Amino acid sequence: MTTFGQPKALTLSGTHTRRRGDPMRWAYFAGFLIVTLALMLPVIIIVLTAFKPASEVNAYPPTLLPHQWTLDNFAAIFSQLPFGRLLGNSFAFAGGVTIFALVFDSLAAYALARLDFRGSRVLLIVIVASLMIPFQATLIPIYQLVSQLGWVNTFAGLIAPRAADAFGIFFLRQFFVSLPRDLDNAARIDGASEWRVFRSVVLPNAVPALLTLGIFTFVNNWNDLLWPLVFTTDQNMGTVTSGLTLLTGPGGIIPQGVMMAGALVAVLPLAIMFLLVQRRFIESVASTGLK
Amino acid sequence: MTTARLQRTRPFRPHGQLGGRTPLNGTFKRRATIVGFLAPALVILAAFVGWPMISALRLSFTDASGFGTPTFVGLDNYTRIFTDPEILHSMGNTAYYAVMFTPVSIAVALMLALAINSPRLPFRSFFRSTLFLPFIISLAVAAFAWSYLLDPQIGLLNYWLAAVGIHLGNVLQDPVLAMPTVVLVAVWKNFGFYMVIFLAGLQEIPTSLYEAAQLDGANGWRRFTNVTFPMLSNTMAFVVVVALIAALQAFDQIYVLTGGGPYRSTETIVMQIYQSGFKDLDLGFASALSYVLLIVTLLLSLVQFLFFGRRGEANNS
Repeated sequence: MTTFGQPKALTLSGTHTRRRGDPMRWAYFAGFLIVTLALMLPVIIIVLTAFKPASEVNAYPPTLLPHQWTLDNFAAIFSQLPFGRLLGNSFAFAGGVTIFALVFDSLAAYALARLDFRGSRVLLIVIVASLMIPFQATLIPIYQLVSQLGWVNTFAGLIAPRAADAFGIFFLRQFFVSLPRDLDNAARIDGASEWRVFRSVVLPNAVPALLTLGIFTFVNNWNDLLWPLVFTTDQNMGTVTSGLTLLTGPGGIIPQGVMMAGALVAVLPLAIMFLLVQRRFIESVASTGLK
Repeated sequence: MTTARLQRTRPFRPHGQLGGRTPLNGTFKRRATIVGFLAPALVILAAFVGWPMISALRLSFTDASGFGTPTFVGLDNYTRIFTDPEILHSMGNTAYYAVMFTPVSIAVALMLALAINSPRLPFRSFFRSTLFLPFIISLAVAAFAWSYLLDPQIGLLNYWLAAVGIHLGNVLQDPVLAMPTVVLVAVWKNFGFYMVIFLAGLQEIPTSLYEAAQLDGANGWRRFTNVTFPMLSNTMAFVVVVALIAALQAFDQIYVLTGGGPYRSTETIVMQIYQSGFKDLDLGFASALSYVLLIVTLLLSLVQFLFFGRRGEANNS
């Protein structure tokens, strides 16, 4: 059962002989740690600057560590920006898209994986082909449609166009196909309807795949800039990503220390989710390149 | 598959004969079930992917502006794309961006993947997770951090580089350096993703190949060029295409950092689509530009699909 959820490929346990006494091992470690820290400099600077008082943020010569740690910047994002509102919008938008997409994608994926019907193969090919359409290319007609529906500046407008997506359907279909059919056939013989097989047999077995797809969808939408820029003109409907960008961009009105505090808070929910499921998430991401 | 065919040839069964619940009564009820499962997703995809594709094509042959009735203008918009020096410039910029972004991000990702894959390195999972972190940060937020690091007055990176004799100045206002800078931000955000894909590819290479190479006396570099690199060609092809497609869609960090400037030096196709479509309301023209982006992306995907299709057959045989 090689699946998207747990590919066997990416185990990091040493296949070569481990050289415990190898002194080069720790030199190698130290060297790579320095490289990693250097590459993480932007993350480090976000975290440290967020805790610096304004006088230090703009000081010359600049320093890495704050001399005096402060929470003023965090207080400022909530008083100078409608930041609570932006966070709420981001949760509603990214969370809404994620929930709808998981439900609709898994339903369609089940039909494609289990309900053998005429044309299912063609339908799958069409869906996979539509994966290749960049959303930027269809943004204008989507905007026209959303605006005709009167959905600009509403959550409906932000969420509905993404309530199902081809990648999710394909990803879940591949996972469902990999699940043994014996389980659901047993349920069918017991008289279970397709809906019941889907809900009680297939879905509970697909939790890892649903979790991975859910986090992937959530992160992508939370981080998206162009989409909320286009579908929200009212600042109170923006997301943290679009709101921070509009209010703080270069030459913006918000000082950089406050901007970094905003950036840190914007990244935090994703970082927490990522830390909780990092291994599985990374392995699933990796497997998209293998299949 | 055979059972499916059998079902269809079975005679009509009155509803309820088998409790109306088994998949064996290939009747109206079964069709309703299939439609019920598919309909929500297909309605969304038809409305927000299928229809917009047709609609964008139609719009691209008009002078639509969002007001009044659009007039059919034939190929005018497409002619303009390939003659207007500003548009050609932004296409050139996109190509320049792709030419820098793709090899640099791949080289960084591959080197890190090789380093992490070495059994000599302790705490490999820690490094893998840490280096993946930028991928979950939005490009906009990454752009904030980089703009602060590269600030000409108070930027830490500028200050450190000046200490070793490299004076960058205001990179985002420099027509030569602005593009490499926005590419750098994208490379930083994406290398972790490509690294993880390379890592997965590296781990599929059988260790016996390395052992054989070692027996033949191949040094580290020879093992890389003769074993690792050829065995990684499928992964490499995948990452190249994915990186090229990402490069074609460059927008977020450019919008945040330079707005396409200075002197349009960072104006890319998607920046231009946003400007024409949502600022100038030149919907017909922006749609034509969108279609050019769409076709280039499809061609790239097709190359990948053919490559992977062939690889799949090779694996099966």
